Amino acid sequence: MTQRLQRILPSVQKPARYTGGEWGEVKKDFSDVRVRVAFCFPDTYEIGMSNVGMRILYGVMNQMEGVWCERVFAPWADMETAMRENHIPLWVLESQDPVSEFDMIAFTIGYEMAYSNVLNMLNLAGVPLHAADRRGLKNIVFAGGVCTFNPEPLAEFVDFFSLGEGEEVTVEIVSLYDRAKAEGWEKERFLKEVSRIPGVYVPSFYRHEYNADGTLARIVPLDGAPETVTKRIVEDLDKAYFPTKMIVPSTEIVHDRANLEAFRGCIRGCRFCQAGFSCRPVRKKSPEVLYRQAVETLEYSGNQEITVSSLSTSDYRGLKELTDLLLPYCWENHVNLSLPSLRADNFSRELMEKLQTVRKSGLTFAPEAGTQRLRDVINKNLTEDEILTTCARAFAGGWNNVKLYFMLGLPTETDEDVLGILELVYKVIQQWKENAVNKKRGLRVHVATAYFVPKPHTPFQWERQITPQEYLRRCKLLKSHFYSKSIVYDYHSPDLSRLEAVFARGDRRLASVLETAVASGARLDGWDECFDYGKWLEAFRACGVDPDFYTVRGYGEKEVLPWDPIDVGVSKRFLRLERKRAYDGKVTPDCRHGCAGCGANALLKEVACDA
Amino acid sequence: MPRALFEKTGNAVYISHLDLMRLFQRAFKRAGLPLTHTQGFNPRASVSIAMPMSLGMESVCELLNFDLEGEKPDNGEICRRLNQALIPGVTVLQVYDQGQKLKNLAYLDCCLTLEYDQGVPENAEQRVKDLFAGQTLMVEKKGKNGVVEQDILPMIRSLAVNVISPTELELRARICCQNPSLNPMQLSAAIIRYLPELAPDFVRCRRLEIYDADETVFR
Repeated sequence: MTQRLQRILPSVQKPARYTGGEWGEVKKDFSDVRVRVAFCFPDTYEIGMSNVGMRILYGVMNQMEGVWCERVFAPWADMETAMRENHIPLWVLESQDPVSEFDMIAFTIGYEMAYSNVLNMLNLAGVPLHAADRRGLKNIVFAGGVCTFNPEPLAEFVDFFSLGEGEEVTVEIVSLYDRAKAEGWEKERFLKEVSRIPGVYVPSFYRHEYNADGTLARIVPLDGAPETVTKRIVEDLDKAYFPTKMIVPSTEIVHDRANLEAFRGCIRGCRFCQAGFSCRPVRKKSPEVLYRQAVETLEYSGNQEITVSSLSTSDYRGLKELTDLLLPYCWENHVNLSLPSLRADNFSRELMEKLQTVRKSGLTFAPEAGTQRLRDVINKNLTEDEILTTCARAFAGGWNNVKLYFMLGLPTETDEDVLGILELVYKVIQQWKENAVNKKRGLRVHVATAYFVPKPHTPFQWERQITPQEYLRRCKLLKSHFYSKSIVYDYHSPDLSRLEAVFARGDRRLASVLETAVASGARLDGWDECFDYGKWLEAFRACGVDPDFYTVRGYGEKEVLPWDPIDVGVSKRFLRLERKRAYDGKVTPDCRHGCAGCGANALLKEVACDA
Repeated sequence: MPRALFEKTGNAVYISHLDLMRLFQRAFKRAGLPLTHTQGFNPRASVSIAMPMSLGMESVCELLNFDLEGEKPDNGEICRRLNQALIPGVTVLQVYDQGQKLKNLAYLDCCLTLEYDQGVPENAEQRVKDLFAGQTLMVEKKGKNGVVEQDILPMIRSLAVNVISPTELELRARICCQNPSLNPMQLSAAIIRYLPELAPDFVRCRRLEIYDADETVFR
């Protein structure tokens, strides 16, 4: 560590996040290393180290002979200022070497509002932002993660994208680079070769042409690039690489616990949910494998808490077997087991009560919409009855707190739907009055509404986002009807969600907006204390880009979409059909009650969809 | 209750007190040494560190009290296993039983290195010695109830000032570390306040040894 850095560290917040040296960190001997990868997470250490995907890929790359993958996180604002003042370029945690010295620079991006951090990190590293300005094989920038299912806003900056699950494709990519470096290839040749790996999308191999009205006219693949690139998946999760020797941060992070994935994909088909469609098909880990990995992870890390996560844990077929295996181990070893995303069914309720022997966690529902009609439109099959029954039982068991999450601005939403939220909340309060065992402390109902953001690869990918003014009107309408002291109502400011909507469905013309905003100091946009909406509006004006084009306009079903070359397995035909069903108010039963024919099972060759 | 003497050096100096407790809890677990837990609504593992330390400070004389469940391995074995489960910079030097009562902890030897990038100013050594030879030395102390003025001289048992390199001035002091306790950084704070022209570019601080009221080494 340099003397300059040693002097800075005591003066910044949480300096331990900048030093590395944690338990489980991978160090390698330079003489054994041929390819060095700087693996960047475009947010702070506490967020990035909580990301299971990053942990898996860190393990994947470091188990490769001759490859050393090291971690990089976005510095917090105070550290960034100190770095710029002292001319300290962005460094990796393990060796503390500057990122600009690395062969490959990888990003995993799960949130659109991290795009500014991607650019800012490249800038802090002193690496040219534009892919075209990085001429050689060195500093090849590639990216993956859910956001890259529409990679176009970053197309100017990133050399190639790795779409879908990375356990296998990352090895193929890095091995190819190893060969390219040994044989001294030009960058052009490497990009050409890497584009032949299934799941790899090289944006510079596609030309975007626009109509006079600004919509996309066509996307032209160049030099024989494939028309569509299909995301990669791992078929058999039991056999997939999973590192049970994971880094244990020396400072507290957001999810400070061991984390296992029960299954991938989702059977539910909520029509607004990007993960629900883009992570299909459903593949599970067996309870035995999960149990073994849980024990190994806990023993290696010394963690006292473990989470088994998934998009909807109650839908995991092996949940009973797994908890039967895991709970006795956890009790014996003072380990807390947490199972987020449980649904309100009977088994889950019993399980929750078993898990709560030590500590009571919160009770949270995401009905998303206030009326059954609108819940049918979005295919969120959580009924009022389920919510009220679970609340009644929880209140009888001593809970006095409940959180309810909703979205405003969903397709077909009317004021009646908005006020439906109110009715539901008052019914919950009524349940408390009838069932609570201890009324002294009173009841708290936290209600939060978010501004609906249409996402690519969902049935709502063509939808308009309502205007921020209309969103605020609906929030205020709701607020004016909440008179009970038990209700705490929060509504998200529309600014961030509007930008999220722009970048989620954005195209290449947003590159200049991103670059301008970052040049004026935009970064860490996901953090309230750092987010500066004014900088973004100024950037849109300066670049002559109208955000409304991407938000309130809505996209035509016949329109060429920026993410058309990306195939996540679910067919566009199915998305159109689901959209129509939404408008007809028809629910689509979950996949376990009959395959709806989304098309994602075609990605599987060895196993069947486990929906 | 067994006790461990450990050091915190290198990059580990940036780990906060609470994070260090958590780090030890996990290290015990990794070492296969199950800690006992407090009884009650919110069970906590029984580890505690005697004197919390500010971020950035180094130490070779930290004490950790802990309690193990079940049959206890011998102390050398505990020490060896813990060190295998710890990170660079945090090292257990010794594990022993029947440590002295913490309330008898009285003095701390510390070492402050004042760094001057343009070289140690002339007469700095003498001027610092003179400063500490006065009758009183009031320094601002930030506490729970805001800023208060504190006379630090009664809490300094002894002090040596030496230029140890062209750019480093070293203060070695034996100071009170309990009832009342003096933060070693207050020594440099006094210099910055009363001799602003001797304000260093950076101060490094290290805890060296601890003592009881009779000034014999505390364990």
